[in-house]
Amino acid sequence: MTDITHHTPDALLAAYAAGTLPQPFALVVAAHISLCLKCRAAFEAHQAIGGIVLEGFDAVEISPDLKTNVLSLLDAPDQESDVYARTGVYPGPVMQALKGKPPRWRRLGGGVKQNILSADESGSVRLLYIPPGQAVPDHTHGGLELTLVLQGSFSDETGRFDVGDLEVADEDLDHTPIADYGAPCICLAATDAPLKFNSVLPRVLQPLFRI
Amino acid sequence: MTLISAQLSPLTAQMLAVRDARDRAAFAALFDHFAPRLKGFIMRSGTGSGQAEEIVQDVMLTVWRKADQFDPQKAQVAAWVYQIAKNRQIDVLRKENRPLPEELKSDAQDSGRTDTDAGQILAVEQEALQLKEAISKLKPDQREMIEKAYLGELTHQEIKAQTGLPLGTIKSRIRLGLERLRHDLKDVR
Ligand SMILES: [Zn+2]
Repeated sequence: MTDITHHTPDALLAAYAAGTLPQPFALVVAAHISLCLKCRAAFEAHQAIGGIVLEGFDAVEISPDLKTNVLSLLDAPDQESDVYARTGVYPGPVMQALKGKPPRWRRLGGGVKQNILSADESGSVRLLYIPPGQAVPDHTHGGLELTLVLQGSFSDETGRFDVGDLEVADEDLDHTPIADYGAPCICLAATDAPLKFNSVLPRVLQPLFRI
Repeated sequence: MTLISAQLSPLTAQMLAVRDARDRAAFAALFDHFAPRLKGFIMRSGTGSGQAEEIVQDVMLTVWRKADQFDPQKAQVAAWVYQIAKNRQIDVLRKENRPLPEELKSDAQDSGRTDTDAGQILAVEQEALQLKEAISKLKPDQREMIEKAYLGELTHQEIKAQTGLPLGTIKSRIRLGLERLRHDLKDVR
């Protein structure tokens, strides 16, 4: 494990623990925690506070059947959900989003490729593959953007981001991340801005390519 | 374990009995403690009584079925149950599968828990008590903000904007948590 220097801010971790973070960001935070002990410990601290809040709740009367029901179901077979292990550079939660399969890259031009993992009104999250020296595409911010490095590294005006580092950018940050020389840079990137029109393609093709 | 179980909080002792001995009486006691609180917790976010009870049922069944994932060296029972409840709320109410971090394999899980560190468990309980006390000493409006944040009533932007949130209290706990993880990893490697 390399030394991670760019971590998840506390407000994002708290929102993730409380379940209020939109799905695309929750995936990036879950992936970062998978790689980062510091943020895992912080996440556990937030869970501890959540537990204290839960403990502080006044008991509400429950129907008498509920306990009988639960106790009668203890021997019922459990539906096991699939657990996806880390594969190569992809942490478990990313493998889950990929449903256990390798990424299916789509070309964006300039050797840059992407695999959209999800996109809806809450935002989008995708894997990006950027050859050395190329710019990370579409860094025009409408809102919050989280970028987690999974392989290689990139640099921009704010510094250098290596494997495990998380860059948090909002509309105030105007930056141009460029993949460093070395291995191609693979990142997991989430944004709450609508997926943007890319100058390479005419607007009519945008729904087709979901840039 | 028997030597120190007298010092453990009743909830931790019950949860360990469920995990290690599949003790139904201990589970029933946990149910009596958590189910009514969980119902209040879930209804607070606007869920009706019927659906809240369905979620409580799922959460308590998960406590029973996934008991082997409970690690008192890392988390208190309430913190673990909180996370299960949050996961279930998101699955049911938002119809999403919540992305979860990879499980950290600790030495306890790898070695069949022959060397559960009693001191570590007690340290976790101690920390939680201190944290609880620190929160109870906050001003009422700060306490309310903490409650809102962890109930899930604030967005991350709103949490960030809450400059009054006593993050120092949280941070002190984070340091201890990190020590614990280091301890775990040292034994794995
Ligand atoms: Zn981190």
